[in-house]
Parts: sequence; structure tokens; C-alpha cells
Amino acid sequence: MTAVPDIEFRGVTKRYGAVTAVSGIDLAVPPSAFVALLGPSGCGKTTCLRMIGGFEQPSEGQVFIRGQDMAGTPPYRRPVNMVFQQYALFPHLDVADNVSYGLRQARPRLSSREIGQRAGEALEMVRLAGYGGRKIHELSGGQQQRVALARALVNKPAVLLLDEPLAALDKKLRTDMQIELQNLQRDIGITFVLVTHDQEEALSMSDFVCVMNGGRIVQLGQPSEIYDEPADLFVADFVGKTNLLSGTVAGQSGDLVDVALADGTVIAARKRTALQKGETVSVSLRPESLSLGAAGSGPLKGIVRNRIFLGSTAEYAIEVQGIGTLLAKADHVIGHGNLFKPGEPVAIGFATGTPLAFPETKNNGTNQRVNQHVEIIS
Amino acid sequence: MSAGIGAVSMHGNRFRHNFLTALLLAPATAWLVVFLVLPFIAIAVFSVGERAPEGGYQAAFTLAQYANLPARATAFWNTMLLAPVGALACLLVAYPVAYYLALRAPQRWRLILLALVVIPFWTSLLMRTYAWMYILGGRGIPALLAFIGIEDVRLINTPGAVLLGIVYGYLPLMILPIYVSLERLDRRLLEASADLGATPLSTFLGVTLKLSLPGVMTGFSLVMILLLGEYLIPTLLGGGKVFFIGNALVDLFLQSRNWPFGSAIAITLVAVSVVVLIAANRISTRVSGARRVDLI
Repeated sequence: MTAVPDIEFRGVTKRYGAVTAVSGIDLAVPPSAFVALLGPSGCGKTTCLRMIGGFEQPSEGQVFIRGQDMAGTPPYRRPVNMVFQQYALFPHLDVADNVSYGLRQARPRLSSREIGQRAGEALEMVRLAGYGGRKIHELSGGQQQRVALARALVNKPAVLLLDEPLAALDKKLRTDMQIELQNLQRDIGITFVLVTHDQEEALSMSDFVCVMNGGRIVQLGQPSEIYDEPADLFVADFVGKTNLLSGTVAGQSGDLVDVALADGTVIAARKRTALQKGETVSVSLRPESLSLGAAGSGPLKGIVRNRIFLGSTAEYAIEVQGIGTLLAKADHVIGHGNLFKPGEPVAIGFATGTPLAFPETKNNGTNQRVNQHVEIIS
Repeated sequence: MSAGIGAVSMHGNRFRHNFLTALLLAPATAWLVVFLVLPFIAIAVFSVGERAPEGGYQAAFTLAQYANLPARATAFWNTMLLAPVGALACLLVAYPVAYYLALRAPQRWRLILLALVVIPFWTSLLMRTYAWMYILGGRGIPALLAFIGIEDVRLINTPGAVLLGIVYGYLPLMILPIYVSLERLDRRLLEASADLGATPLSTFLGVTLKLSLPGVMTGFSLVMILLLGEYLIPTLLGGGKVFFIGNALVDLFLQSRNWPFGSAIAITLVAVSVVVLIAANRISTRVSGARRVDLI
């Protein structure tokens, strides 16, 4: 890569007393990228964001912004701006004064004409022109969100940091804001770093997803890579819905391993790391990679327990004897009417190479996770 | 039919609810009527009356007492100077303490430190002021200073001693409301301010100070109103050479027994207090966007 990364972490570790929140992170974010830091709560993603903003100092390692080592640089001297969780708008200032707050801090001072003009443009950009005189508490959640965006972007930061920006919005508004944020990022062309625990949000908005767990980066890649080629069991399970089946390695041939499932069925799965014969593995099968057919036409057979018709697709909870309940997703073709009914026996098939085999992790919560899907849909 | 029954029982509920509310409010209301409203009415009536020949009150309707107020102008001006200056001095000392307690002190020390601020308040103000008389008097600090060669330092019976006594006596009343408003301050606003390029000083001036203003105005008006009636500290630590409204009231009611004139002064004092409160309320509403001063 020739361009200087907008954000770079080199061996960054952050400890709070005996607790290690972030451990040995190396990460380079290319210019003009939309990057999501994705992980469950406590995975260190927010700590990483706060180290870019300057609110936390790394215990070890360095954080660079556009090639500059940020060690010892306080937040108010960093060329980044943050959209805070719950927005943190100033309650004693109106919308216009909130947006121009950063501009008023600039030294040498900007003329009040320039401040007014730039704040006006920023409000226009987030479609809040004419709201300048409103009080913060008079705005809806979505409007407050846009004020927070304008307040950060008006300063023309090198990087915009977003800390769970959509968490407080309802679903409809969240989808609108996802599109709006994507458009904004494309129009302005600066790097956005988004922290979220919502995998759907991360996959839908960003160019790169950085999946974190236990203070480490587990996988960095484009959304489709993360989804199609998860690096390990954690990523496979955390990103998107999946069925995890326990089994043991029965044989190998190149990229593929034969896995004997609990009921004795042997299926071919693609391995992501070296596996030993006899090793216990988890096989990940995405619901949409399962194909349902008339009984007897696939390697697994089961009985439909629940059906959730979603319009363009239908989801099925299928009980497979000796294995558990699998979640399957099938496209619905209008007028075709090939919906399976609860109680109907079906055969489950999949294309070669779609099942992925991972070494079993210690916590062995596989069945429990499959059951979670059932809880959600039943 | 069932709707009708529901409405009746709801009506019954509401009646019982109202009755309970009235019952709970009765003692406080009675107390306030007997000890605040009635005396206040009495004072108001007295203030338009005349002094009986042998002292006390004699029924009349005249504004002569109010017209006579300039006779005590000095006491008024002294009080009008003492109250705001004393409250300001108190504020200047209290704010850093409240700031430290709310934003800087380690969490586990906070309550202990706060208790240390309040505990001296449990002793009578008179006792503590006498203690200061001794500390500032000839055998106190001046004696210590003479011991290391600094002679003839006079501390007691100076304006400085009065100010010190006032700050000491009223400090907790100022610290507590400021502490509460700083404690409530959303820390992320401070981070947001820093994130937007504000130096710690401009974050303090632009966010912390403004958002703690309701607490500041509460403390300020509380202390200032109490200082409007203060006469103990100036008498004990200032040598009683300067007269305040408080001294005038004691004198008029207890010595010269001119109740109507004393009442007119008291009514004027109440009016000034109300003006102070309204002004404090206005200021804090305008700057911090808060609805009201917590005191009222």
C-alpha cells in the first residue's frame, strides 16, 4: 500500500489494572474507507475507538493518525471527531450553537460570518436546514443523531469516529440512517470508523469489517469475506445466522474433510485450518445454503417444525433426528407455492464446499446456540 | 352497566386519594400557616401602623414607617454590600472544593470528604464563631506570629475577619448545591467538548461552568438571603462597629420597641430577598437552559 493509512495501530495493548481490554492490536485503515469494528460487548472495540479519539492512552504500542504518532496528543489536538453514543449534545446550546461549537474553538479564530456559513452548510448536509434555533430537547432521536453528525463533520476531520451511532434509534430510522451514513461517507470521502455490536449494521454499511473478540482482532475483511469465509467458529457464529453441527473428522481429501455427525451421517465440509482425523469439529451451515426437497432427495432428513413466511423468503425450523433443530431459509417464488408445511418430512441438501468445519472451541456451546435460533423463530 | 360501576368506583378511589393527600399535607400546611403566614400578615399590618407611646404597636394606617426607611440607610447599604460580597467570597472558595469533590476526588473518598464538609455544620454557628474570635484574637494567631517575630498583627474586628467568618459559616450551604449540579453533569459532554477542539479551560468555561450554574445560583441566593439577616458574625468578629439590618431589627424590636418601623424594615428585606431569587432564577434559566433554581 503506497498511501499512508488514515489510522494505524501498532502493537496496541490497553490494560485497566489487571484487566486487559485490548491486547496487541495491529491494524491499518486505508484512506477513505468505511470500517466497522464489530464484536460483542467487552471485546475492546469501544476502547480502540476511544484510543483514536484520545480519551484513552494505550498501555503499550502506538496509534497513528495519518502517519502521526498520537502519543501524548490530547483529544482537542487530534484531527478526528466523534459521534458519541447517545450523541452527547450540549443541552444548554441550540442546534446552531452545537454545530458551530468546534468552529468557535479554532485558532486563529474564524470570522463569525464563516462560522455561520459553515454551520449552515453542515445542517443542510444532514437535511436540518432551518432547525438552527431549535433546542436540543425539542428534537427527535433521529434529528439529534443528525445534529451530532453535523457537529462532528463541520470541523472537516481526517477521520470520523462513530460510537454505536444507531443504537438508540428504532428499526425503520436505523435503516434510513444506514443509507444516509453510507451516502455521506461516499460524498465527503473521509474515513469513517464505526463501532457496533450489530453484525447486520456492520455488514450493510462498511467496506471493511474488523471482527473483535476478547480484546483481539479475529478477522479483518470485506463484509462478504467475513460472511462467506469466517476465520473461526466465533466469527461464523457471531456474524449472520448459522447452524452449528458437532461431529468428528472421519477422513480428508485436499481442502475437504469428511465429518461424521452425531447421527452417523457423513458430510463433506471445507476446512479453514489443519484438522486431525478423529478431532471434534463444528460444522457451520448457513440457513440459506440449505436446500429443501422432497423426502429422500438429500443427505439429511427431518421434519418441519415451524415456518416463518417473510414474503421474499421463508424460514423453516427443521428437526433432524439425532442432530437437533436446523434453521433453513428458502427463496419464495411468486406463484410457485413450494412452501413446506409444519409436520411435513423434508430432505436437506447443500452444495459441496458450503459447509465449513472448525475445530471445536472449549466452551462447547454448540447445541445451545442452535437452540437459540429456535427460540427466536418459535 | 359494568362501565357505570367502574366509573363509580373510580370516583370513590379519586375521593379517597384526594382525602389522603389532604391528610398528609395538613400538618405542614398548619405549621406554615401558624408560624409563617400569620406572623407575616401581622408584620405587614404592623408595618403600616404606629408605635404606641410606651412601645409596641398601635393600630393605624400610614406609610410613615416606609417613608422613614432612609433613617436606617447606612444599615441597608452595609447589608446590601455584605450580602453579595460575602456570598461571592463564599462562592469563590466553594466552587473549587465542589469541583474537586464531584469530578476529581476518587470515588471511594467522595462520601467521606463530603461528610467532612458537612460535619462542622452540626455544631452551633455561635460556638464556631466564638472559636474564631479566640483564634483571631490577641492570644490566637497574632500571638503565634509575635512568637516568630511578626508583631502587632491585628486580625479580630477587621472586615477581613468578618469575611472569613462568613465564608467559614456558610461554606457547606454553597458547596452542596454546586456539588450536586456538577455530580449530575454528563461527563461525555466534557469529552465531546474536548473532541471538538476545546482546551480544558474553554471546556470549563463553555460547558462545566454553564451547566453547573443552577447549583451556583441556588447556593448564591441561599447564602445571600441568609446574609441579608446576618448580624451575629459581624458583631462577634467585626466588633459590632458596623451596623447591619439584622442589628437594626434586634434594636427596634427588643430595645427601642418600635415594632412598626422594625416591621417595615422586615417587609423591605423580604421584598429584596424575593427580587434576589427571581434574578437568580432568570440568570440560571437563560444560561444553562434549566427550568428553575433548585431552591424554589
